[in-house]
This record gives sequence, C-alpha cells and structure tokens, in this order.
Amino acid sequence: MKNRWTLYDPRLAWMLIAPVLLLLIFFLVLPIAVMAAYTFFTFVTAGVETSQLTSANWHEFLTDSYYHGFLLKTLRVGAITALLCGVLGYFPAYFIWATSFKHKWLLLLLLIVPFWISFTIRTFSWINILGEQGVINVALIKMGIISEPLPMLYTEGAVIMGLLHFLLPYMILNVYVSLESIDRTLIAAARSMGCTSAQAFREVTLPLSLPGLAAGLLLCFVLAAGSYVTPQLLGSGRDALFGNLIYDTIMSELNWPMGATLSIVLFVVLGFFAAIYTRYMGMSQIVKGLGG
Amino acid sequence: MKLSTTRRLERLHDRYVNGDLSRRTFLSLTAAAAASAGLSMPWMSRALAAVEQVRFDGWGGTVQEAIDKYAFQPYTAKTKIKVVQGTFGDENEIITKIKTAKPGDFQIVHSSGVNYYIKYVNAGMNSEINEANIPNMANVLQPMIEPFRKLTPKLSAVPYDYGTTGIAYNTKVISPEEAKEKGAGLLLDKKYAGKVGGYADMTTRVWYAALATGQDPNNIKDMDTIWAKVRETRDLAKKFWSSGAELMDLLSKGEIVVTDAWSGRVAALQDQGHPIGYLDPAGSYAWMEDMLILKGSPMTECEELINFMLDPATSIAVAEGQSYPPSLDPTKVKLSEKIEKLPAFDKTGSMKALTFADPVYWATNEDAWTKQWDRIAKGA
Repeated sequence: MKNRWTLYDPRLAWMLIAPVLLLLIFFLVLPIAVMAAYTFFTFVTAGVETSQLTSANWHEFLTDSYYHGFLLKTLRVGAITALLCGVLGYFPAYFIWATSFKHKWLLLLLLIVPFWISFTIRTFSWINILGEQGVINVALIKMGIISEPLPMLYTEGAVIMGLLHFLLPYMILNVYVSLESIDRTLIAAARSMGCTSAQAFREVTLPLSLPGLAAGLLLCFVLAAGSYVTPQLLGSGRDALFGNLIYDTIMSELNWPMGATLSIVLFVVLGFFAAIYTRYMGMSQIVKGLGG
Repeated sequence: MKLSTTRRLERLHDRYVNGDLSRRTFLSLTAAAAASAGLSMPWMSRALAAVEQVRFDGWGGTVQEAIDKYAFQPYTAKTKIKVVQGTFGDENEIITKIKTAKPGDFQIVHSSGVNYYIKYVNAGMNSEINEANIPNMANVLQPMIEPFRKLTPKLSAVPYDYGTTGIAYNTKVISPEEAKEKGAGLLLDKKYAGKVGGYADMTTRVWYAALATGQDPNNIKDMDTIWAKVRETRDLAKKFWSSGAELMDLLSKGEIVVTDAWSGRVAALQDQGHPIGYLDPAGSYAWMEDMLILKGSPMTECEELINFMLDPATSIAVAEGQSYPPSLDPTKVKLSEKIEKLPAFDKTGSMKALTFADPVYWATNEDAWTKQWDRIAKGA
C-alpha cells in the first residue's frame, strides 16, 4: 500500500513533466550547449573550422569596440521600440477592456488578423508605404506639400516602424489580459469614495495593470533586440542590429565560431534582462499574455 | 540505374529456379535480405530505391525560370526524373545550408565560378565527375574549364554560363553619353548621392573600388585607398542590394538611378520596357557560373541532367531566356543572333576580352576582406 502513488506524488509530477523536459533538453539546452562549445573552436577559412580549442573569438569580442557599439545600439533600438509599443499599445488595450461593445471578441480578432499574413510580407509592405514611390511620398508630392520625396525608407525610423508594426499586438494583448484580471468593483469602490474617473484610473486601474505593461515591455524589448529581418529589409547597412551582425558572420564570412560567440552574447544579454524581470515580476504575466 | 530491393530478390529467385544457386545459398541470402530489411531504417529504402528526383539550387528569378522552362521541364518529360528546386540570394547562404545538411540532401548548385568553387573544395563538399558521362562537355569553352581543373584535376563542376557586373543606369536621369564618359565613376558621382546602389558583395565592391583607384583588381597594391573608395560609395548609396530580385525592384521603382548590376538582370528589365541602360566599363568584373555536383549526390543522374542542360538546343534556349551567354564554344556551336548580342558575349571563344577574378589571389584575401567589407557596410 505504501508504494501507491497519490495525486501529489513527486514521482507522478516528474513523469508528467518528463516529455516537456526532454524536449527542452534536446531542442533548447543541447543546441545552446553546442553553440557555446563552438565559441571555442578555431576558424580556419570561410566555411572551415577545427575543434582545436581557442579563446580567440571571445578575446576578439571583448576587445573590439565594433561589437560593443552594435550591442549598445541594439539595446537602444529595442528599448525605444518597447517604450513606443507601451505608449501606443496601452490605449487600444484599455479601449477593448472598457468598451461595452457586445462583440468584444471581434476587436480581439482584429488584433490577431495581421498574424495571418507572413511576417516577411508584412515587413515588405512598408517599402510600398515609405519608399520614394510609396504611398506617403506620392500623396504628399501630388498635394504639393513637398517637391522632393522624403527619405523615410532605409532609415532607423523605418526599422522602428516595422518593429512597432510587428510587436504592437503582443503589447496590447499583454496589457489587455492584465486589465481583464482587475476586479471592477475596486474601481466602483474608488468612484463611490469620491475619485474622479481620471483619479480612479491613476490610483486603481493603472497600478493594477502594470504587471501586464511590464510583461509587454520585456517581450517587445527582447523580440526587437533579437530581430534580424526588419533591419535587413527596412534599414540601410548602418541600421543593422546585433542579429544582422550574427547573420553576416555566419552566412557571409562563414565564420561559425565567431557567429556562435556573438549569438551566445546576445542570448546572455537578453537573458539577463529577462532574469531581472522574472526576479521582480515573475513570469506568470507573460505566460498569461501569450496565452491570450 | 540502381536496383530496387524487390528486383534484387526477384533476380535471386530466378537464379535459384534456374539452378544457378544452391538451395542453401538461396535460403542464406534470402534470410540475410530479410534480416537486413527488418533492421533497416525508413530512410534506407529510399536510399536503395531508384533515383526519382534530383535536387537543384539556384539564383531564382528570371535566371531559374529560364533553366526550369527550357531544361528541367523537358528533362523530366524525357526521363521521368523530377528536378526539385530551391533558391538562394547569396551563395554563402547555400554553403551554410549544405554544411548543416547530410551529404546528398543538396545535389546540384548553380554556383558562381571558381571563387566559390574553392570554398566547396576547402569544405570537402566537392564530388568527382565522370566526364565520359557528359559528352556535351566537348562543346564547352576550354578557357572556362581550365581554371576549375587547376584547382581539382577531377572536376566537380561544369561551366554553364558567364556574364559581367557592369553599370546600370536610369536613362531618364543619366544619358548614355554621360554614362560612357564617366563609366565606373558614376558610382562615385556626388550628383547622384542617395540614388546610388550596389551589390552587397565584397568582391564587387573591392573590384569597382580598384577600377576607381586605377589598380588592377587581380593585384591590388594599396588596400587603404580601396577601403576609402568603398566607404565613399557606401556614403553615396541608398541601398546595397543582396539579390537579383531586389536589384530589379530598386531599379524599376526608381529608388536608385545607378548601380553596378548583373548584365542578365538588366537585359530582363530592358525586355520588360524599363528605361535602363547598361555598359561594361574597361576592366568590368566578368564572372562565370557552373553546375556544381556536391558530394553524396546520385552522380549518374546528376551527370545525365548536366549533359542534357549542355545540349546545344537546351543551352541556347536557356541562355536566351536568362540573358547570359552559354559556356558553349561559339567556334564549335552555332549560337543564335540573340545570344551574340548579349552583354559580355565573347565571339572568339578565347575569353581574353573579359577580366575574371584570379581565384587563388582572391581566395587568399577573401576572409580578411569579407570581414572588413561587412564592417564598412555597417558604417564602420
């Protein structure tokens, strides 16, 4: 009788999580470990490396300001994008939460609709909007507001615009989920105690929705800082982010050991920010937000 | 042609029935076959089966459309062997994919000549072609084959076409007279700042910087001035394109008015009616492309396909479709008028009028220069 399993038996828990654990080990931990090992391999020539161990790749990263500059720039672009997403995303989320519209699901569906189209095609569409022959320039020239096309495409602004387009739904969903979990009677109580609508928002709604906002900020920051396609399509060479550096090192220079080193650097840096967030806020909010 | 397992067993049975095998030997071999079948993995049956398809990876766009229409489709109709196709924008991209795949996953690559051939050889990805299986190689220009043979006496690739990277310009903005007068200098003309383009490729950038500084691209003496010129073009450029499709898009939409460009892609734009001119300045960068068979490929079928592609009728049709001259020797094969009018076409067959990159010289400097170019492209 002693050996019979109970509902909360740790052995049962291990058995249940074992498949996911194995998947994580084989498809996440192991590849990262292989990549970490690769950072110590020796680059011979394009496409050829040996397993002779060296610290040359790490030495190059640590001593070359070229990499540091791009890392800082990537963090800056990621932070700007996340903040803009926060500012622009909060209001639609609040509107969807507060509206008395009977078919609220329709508004949420509209948020998800862009995901039905390929991310690359969505990014390409900005070329037809921001380009010299794009909608904005053509319209402004035809209206006589400008005589020469505005240089909008292949700039950092275009990259941030593309990232906003991609990341805004993540922010809205995170904030919306956070708002949904607020007990509305708290707001009614604040109002009954003399708060104006604005005061009730400031004192009750906003503080209680902050975990969702913070989760959205982290998610947008990490995804923006790790992006590669958007700067490649909408930016010039100067607007490249750290992801583009990794791509070029691996795909253009065919230098896998250095590419692996840069990949591990980005992984550690972004992991550091995620760890800080988890330390203070926990991961539950992000999981809720991603689950919709 | 490889035998299927069923066919092998049928033959074994026939030999037993005919008395060529003893009962013991027959049973032993049948048992061994059964055991091996029982132990075999799912992929083994595919490996043992007759080849039903060949994998080809190329540059996509108008070039691959022509190859597909005039070579692959007729080949499939004739042999029932399908040609499964993939595309790439940059050949390093496909090298990376091959490196991560198992031998045989990728089989034939439309490769960029000897400069890239070295990379495949260094990485041990090259195969050994049995030239007897490609009789149409007899018509291929010897000056195109020789550089490959210098690197590996047993070839892994067969030259297929060639072209130049010259200067393309928008004729609504730049007149042919101005283009002829300034030549490669157009890429450095401040008048067109913000409307200049270029191929995001180290070789092209360094080559044109060498021409701009009056140096021999195959024997550069002063790299500092080269990098200074590369930076100058970068600062004037709106965008460095990274695929033929992007080049055509930028030129046709008027985003750029002058760029170095692949002759065939410009010819395709001209055919579509776009106001694009093209010229090959002195020392223009000439290149050749080859059909490279990778290690682990079904050699007989790949060789058969390449032989089919080199058949004069096929090769001429492909060349007209992709607007690049074929590797066929014009002194041996009568080419069409359309081909003779293509940019870079060499009617002598000696290829002396074209300046190709010295593969050994460029391979020696490739790693360091590519790294430096990647940095300059990003503003360094």
